[in-house]
Amino acid sequence: MRIVKYLIVISLLFINSAFALIEIDITEGNREPLPVAITSFFYDEVDSIKLNEISKNLSEVVSADLERCGLFAAIDKDAFIQKNPAMHLRPRFEDWRLIKAQALVTGRLKLVDDDKLRVEFRLWDTLAEKEIEALVLITTTDNWRRISHMIADKVYERLTGEGGYFDTRILYVAESGPKNKRIKKLSIMDQDGANHRFLTSGKELVLTPRFNPVKQEITYLSYFKNLPRVYLLNIETGNQEVVGDFPGMTFAPRFSPDGSKIIMSLAKDGNSDIYVMELKSRVVTRLTTNSAIDTSPSYSPDGKKITFNSDRGGSQQIYVMDNDGRNQKRISSEGGNYATPVWSPRGDLIAFTKNFKGSYAIGVMRTNGEGERLLTENWYQEAPSWSPNGRVLTFYRETPTNEAGQGHSSTLWSIDLTGFNERKIDTPEDGSDPSWSNLMQ
Amino acid sequence: MTHNVKRISNLFIMLLVTSFLAACATVPTGSTSSSSSKSDVVGGVYVGTETIEMLAVNVPDRVFYAYDSYSLTASAQATLGKQAKWLKANPSASIAIEGHADERGTREYNLALGDRRASSAKDYLMSQGISSNRISTISYGKERPVSNSSNDTSWSQNRRSVSVRTN
Repeated sequence: MRIVKYLIVISLLFINSAFALIEIDITEGNREPLPVAITSFFYDEVDSIKLNEISKNLSEVVSADLERCGLFAAIDKDAFIQKNPAMHLRPRFEDWRLIKAQALVTGRLKLVDDDKLRVEFRLWDTLAEKEIEALVLITTTDNWRRISHMIADKVYERLTGEGGYFDTRILYVAESGPKNKRIKKLSIMDQDGANHRFLTSGKELVLTPRFNPVKQEITYLSYFKNLPRVYLLNIETGNQEVVGDFPGMTFAPRFSPDGSKIIMSLAKDGNSDIYVMELKSRVVTRLTTNSAIDTSPSYSPDGKKITFNSDRGGSQQIYVMDNDGRNQKRISSEGGNYATPVWSPRGDLIAFTKNFKGSYAIGVMRTNGEGERLLTENWYQEAPSWSPNGRVLTFYRETPTNEAGQGHSSTLWSIDLTGFNERKIDTPEDGSDPSWSNLMQ
Repeated sequence: MTHNVKRISNLFIMLLVTSFLAACATVPTGSTSSSSSKSDVVGGVYVGTETIEMLAVNVPDRVFYAYDSYSLTASAQATLGKQAKWLKANPSASIAIEGHADERGTREYNLALGDRRASSAKDYLMSQGISSNRISTISYGKERPVSNSSNDTSWSQNRRSVSVRTN
C-alpha cells in the first residue's frame, strides 16, 4: 500500500512553546471538551477547482479526529464571525473569544510545482493572542487525508503535551455469517474508518492480526490448508509466508518493539509454551517450559520484559518474565480470571481482559500488578490494543445469541485510559481482534 | 380420478403437517429446549445426544468436557473406548481429533484449551493401543461452535473434541 508518495514537513515557527496558556490535562477523566474553531483552509481563486473539495474535507477530518478523542469540541462554522483569509495571518482574537473558541486552527492551501499540495497550518491561542504551533507540509493532492490527521495530531500534541494518534491505522478481523460458519477476513482501515480494505478473501480462517511496530508488515494466525500457523504478510507487496517450521499449532503472535522478532505460542501434545523467533536468522528460542497453558505474550516497549497469560497456578493469571524466560512471576492478584495482557507503549501499565462474576472487563494494572483499574465491563469483550500514545485502548465486544439464534454481534470499540469516552468503531461488517498501528512514518 | 386422489392425499398430508405444527406450538414453551437443557448438562458436561454424529455404526464421534477442563468423564472414556475398538478393527483408518471450546473465554487461551482437549482424547486412544501416527489433532478454539446459542446447553455442546475420519 502506498503510504506517502511525497511528503515534506517543515516546522514553521515555535514561538514561546514553553509558555502556552492552553493546556489540557488528559489524565483528568470527565472534563469539559475544549472549544476549538477549525476553519476551512483558504486557497487562491486560480486553484479553486482542485482545492475547493480538499479544503472542505480537510477541516472536516481534523474536526472529526479532535471531537472523537473527547477532549475537544469543534465550534459550528456558522457561528464564526471572522471569515476572511486575513485570519490566517492575524486573527481578530476578540471575535474568536466571543464565540468561546479557546484555540483556533487556520490554514492555507496552494498548488505548487506540478500539482503538489502545499499546506500551511497555524494553531492560535485566542486568550494569549499568540500563535502556538505552525507547520508547512508539501505532498501530493491525494494525500490530503493523511495531512488532515497529521494536523489533528499536531493540535492534540500541542494542547495536551502527549503524542498524537490520528495518523494511524487499525488492523482487525472482519466477520460475517452465522457463528458456526463464520467467515473471517483480515482487514485494515484508517483510525477513523476511512480507506477500509480487506486483505484476505475469507476462504481461510484468520485470527489475531498484529502490526509490526516499524514496518508495513503484519503477523497473524491462518488455518491455511487446515494447519493453524503464524504467518507474516507484507501489506505493501502482499507477500505472505509461514513463520518458522514448527511441529504443532503456532498462535498468539506479536512483534518485538523493534520489529525484528515474533513472540508466540506453540501447542504440542496438549501443552502450549512461549517461543520467540528472530526473523532474520530464523533462530527459535523456547522461553517457557511449564506444563500449563502459556500464551498471549507481549513485550515491554524496551524489549526487556515479556508479559503473558498462564493457568499454571490453577486459573488464568498474568505473569511477567525477563526476555530470556527468567524470573517468571505472577502479577495479577485481585481474584477472577485474567487474560490477554498487553504492555502499554509508555511502559507503565499492562492492559488485560478479566473474567469475573460472569462478565468480562477490560482493565489496566501497573507492571507489578498493583493499581488495578477496570475501564469497562460487559457480557463479553476482550483483546485490548493500545493507541501508540498509550492513552486509548481498542478492543472487541460480543453480544449473546438467543435461543432462536439471533442477537449476536461482534464490534470494535475504543475507550480512554480514564474509563471515559467509550466509542463504537464502525466497520462494514462485524469486527474483532483489533490492532492499533504506530504513527505512520 | 387418480389425479384427484393424489391431490386429496396431498391435502391430507398438508393438514397433518399443519396439525403437527399446531401441536408443537401448544407444547408449553421451553419444554423442548430448556427443560432438556437442565437434564442434559451434568456437572457442566453435556450428557445428551443432540449434535452427536457417528464415526461408524454405534461409534459416536465426540466427547464433551466441563468448563475450562480437558479431563475425560467416564462417558467420554466409554465413547473413546468404542472409537479405539473401531480403529483396531479398521487398521487402515486414520482420524483427526478436533478440539473445541465454548465462546466464554479469550480467543488465544481457547486455542490452547482446544489443543489440550484434542490431545487428551488422543492420549486416551493411544492408551488403548492405537498408534499415534493414525491420530492427528487440530484445535479450533472457540471458532467453530456446533450450537450457536449463548446458554449453558449450547456451551456444553460446544466444549467437545470430535474424531473425524481423514482417509
